[in-house]
Amino acid sequence: MSFLSILYAILFYAATILLVAGLGRKIAQYARTPAPLKIPTMPAPTTQTGVVLRVATEVVFFRQLFKSNKWIWLFGWMFHMGLFLVLARHLRYFTEPVWAWVVLIQPFGKYAAFAMVAGLAGLWGRRILVERIRYISAPSDHLMLALLLGIGLSGMSMTFVSHVDIVGLKAFLLGLMRFDWSHSLPSDALLLIHLLLVAILMIIFPISKLLHAPGVFFSPTLNQVDNAREKRHLAPWAAGLDADRAE
Amino acid sequence: MADFETPSFREYPTIPVLQEGIMNNGGPFVAKPAHNEPLGYPGELVDGWEDKAVAKLGDLASRYRSLQVFLDSCVKCGACTDKCHYFQGTHDPKNMPVGRQDLLRKVYRRYYTFAGKYFPKLVGAVDMTKEVLDDWYTYYHQCSQCRRCSVFCPYGIDTAEISMAAREIMDHVGLGSKYNNEIIVKAQTVGNNLGLPEPALVDTLEGLEEDLLDDTGLEIKVPVDVHGADVLLVTPSADFFAEPHIDGLMGYAKVFHAAGISWTLSSYASEAANFSMFIGSYENMKKQAERIRKAALDLGVKRLVVGECGHAWRVAYSFWNTLAGPFDFLDPNYPVPQHIVEFTHQLHTAGAIKFDKEANDDKVLTFHDSCNVSRASRMGDKPGGQYRLPRDLLRASANKFVDMPRDTIFESTFCCGGGGGLLTDDLMEVRVKGALPRMEALNHVIQENGVTHMAAICAICKTQFAKVLPYYGMGMDQIISLHQVVGDALVLGAPNE
Ligand code: SF4
Ligand code: SF4
Repeated sequence: MSFLSILYAILFYAATILLVAGLGRKIAQYARTPAPLKIPTMPAPTTQTGVVLRVATEVVFFRQLFKSNKWIWLFGWMFHMGLFLVLARHLRYFTEPVWAWVVLIQPFGKYAAFAMVAGLAGLWGRRILVERIRYISAPSDHLMLALLLGIGLSGMSMTFVSHVDIVGLKAFLLGLMRFDWSHSLPSDALLLIHLLLVAILMIIFPISKLLHAPGVFFSPTLNQVDNAREKRHLAPWAAGLDADRAE
Repeated sequence: MADFETPSFREYPTIPVLQEGIMNNGGPFVAKPAHNEPLGYPGELVDGWEDKAVAKLGDLASRYRSLQVFLDSCVKCGACTDKCHYFQGTHDPKNMPVGRQDLLRKVYRRYYTFAGKYFPKLVGAVDMTKEVLDDWYTYYHQCSQCRRCSVFCPYGIDTAEISMAAREIMDHVGLGSKYNNEIIVKAQTVGNNLGLPEPALVDTLEGLEEDLLDDTGLEIKVPVDVHGADVLLVTPSADFFAEPHIDGLMGYAKVFHAAGISWTLSSYASEAANFSMFIGSYENMKKQAERIRKAALDLGVKRLVVGECGHAWRVAYSFWNTLAGPFDFLDPNYPVPQHIVEFTHQLHTAGAIKFDKEANDDKVLTFHDSCNVSRASRMGDKPGGQYRLPRDLLRASANKFVDMPRDTIFESTFCCGGGGGLLTDDLMEVRVKGALPRMEALNHVIQENGVTHMAAICAICKTQFAKVLPYYGMGMDQIISLHQVVGDALVLGAPNE
């Protein structure tokens, strides 16, 4: 392994640990924190199945965002769906043999990158041009878009402009996964930039607004069943208060 | 009329240019020790409030999943920015839902997140300073906790949750609003927001019975503290004296009379409103809800029905079971609690009461969906019943009914501008300006359809509209209680003599 390969190997192990541990910590925190009151935004489903559907529609179609603002919806949805396909396509670098469905989506995954980058550009454009959104933006909100665009553009350059030694990369990645450090990382500038940005993204994921990804599943306004009259809902910390009831 | 300008109607729905700080009015009158201490809060701003506020924020985030998730999850997409009536009416960016949330979020980030601790500038995190506290006090009292923003946020982030938490934090360091805390003390000691003691209440209700007799020639009762009645009616105390509320109360009395169902009010729990929700205090909200449980037990009633009040219905529908339940001592054949609209609707569907629609032919009606009924509760057994049932009743009791534009009703309804504990004269400017979107929608159906009256089922909405309609060139009597319309059309049978 070259020196650079060792650096990147350490970087990716560290990024993976931080991502998994950080997200795990946050998810545990969300799961542990009680929701003491019934606060679904109405009208809400009256069954658990209904709630699963509601959350799924939000996660897949961004239904409330669609109702809210068509431009943000369009750019946001393009970006997220593009990202989803691109990520799925990337599974080919981590699996041997490559799963059939991953092979199948390969062409879509390649071009989805355009949707992803266009969506990001649209979002950033609005963040700069629309006064209200500029007002609520911190430097980190701009940097986040820059980071994602950087990842998208560097990745696309390797797919469509100057190809890199993908076989070598895959050997390196599979090696990392199997704790076999005999393969070196191809030292292509574009690839190194791409991987560095990805590692940064992984590291900041659990300490940034990217927490909206687990957050949406825990949002009480979306994930509660409308059955307050039928079923008594009581948080553990609130149950104790019943004890002083004067009866 | 006042030292501010009433906004003018917009021809097209425009998005305002930002005017930061235009509504930096210092907030409502501050509560005195006598208003704070009985609620368990320090009398005035305590020493070391900075640390105590930060600690309370952490405590609340660990007990309220909503707060924790909402503080973390906002991506600053901007979708909610133009959805708040207070922003539309004032143009102050701190009245954009996300702008309002950020006032608290930037402190949360500073003390509770890695990025905010080590790179505050990067993520817009700030220290807990007097300036921040002043902003909180001002702008968290320009939020009516109407939840409209939560309908439009991709993660359902509900600014109402944030503003309740902020008010709870401020109360804990001794900075409360006089209007809310004074009222809560009265409700917890006397039994209602007005501080109306039992003898005065009995007196008022006797007067009402006389009015009803004059009106109808019938002995329609407005009973109080009757043991063994079937129904305990808990209604906002504004129904006892304010216009147009009182006509609603007479409407309920007529419905009970026509259906022949025995009912009673309670002088101990003579208040449906629960302002403790506005200040985000679970404990105080519970105390007030427990009064109603106790009244139901003491009077030995079988059913609980709630009068026309928006946030009260939220507390009753969504929280009572949690706060003061289980209500297993009541008749299991009826939902607990039941809204007076559900109650009347059920009687009408069953044919137990009849309407003479022509009695309301002098009116063209529209209906204002109250925020807390629309977005925080339900009526009937299907989602959306909170929109259908009141309209069913209006259509059944009047010939002419039209709805306001779709994007201003149902789950997208605009607040009256006075909800969430803002219904005080010291906040008149924000109340008038925040009413703009609703006034525009109402004006639209007045112009297009000749609407003469807007019915509502919320005590706060009614008071607020009666006050702000004149600012927009409309009449204060154009707001009426739904049960006034119902009561006027109700077929009561022949007078006694
Ligand atoms: S819509 Fe939701 S996520 Fe978007 S800025 Fe508003 S609160 Fe944040
Ligand atoms: S809850 Fe209502 S008043 Fe408060 S920020 Fe949201 S839209 Fe505005």
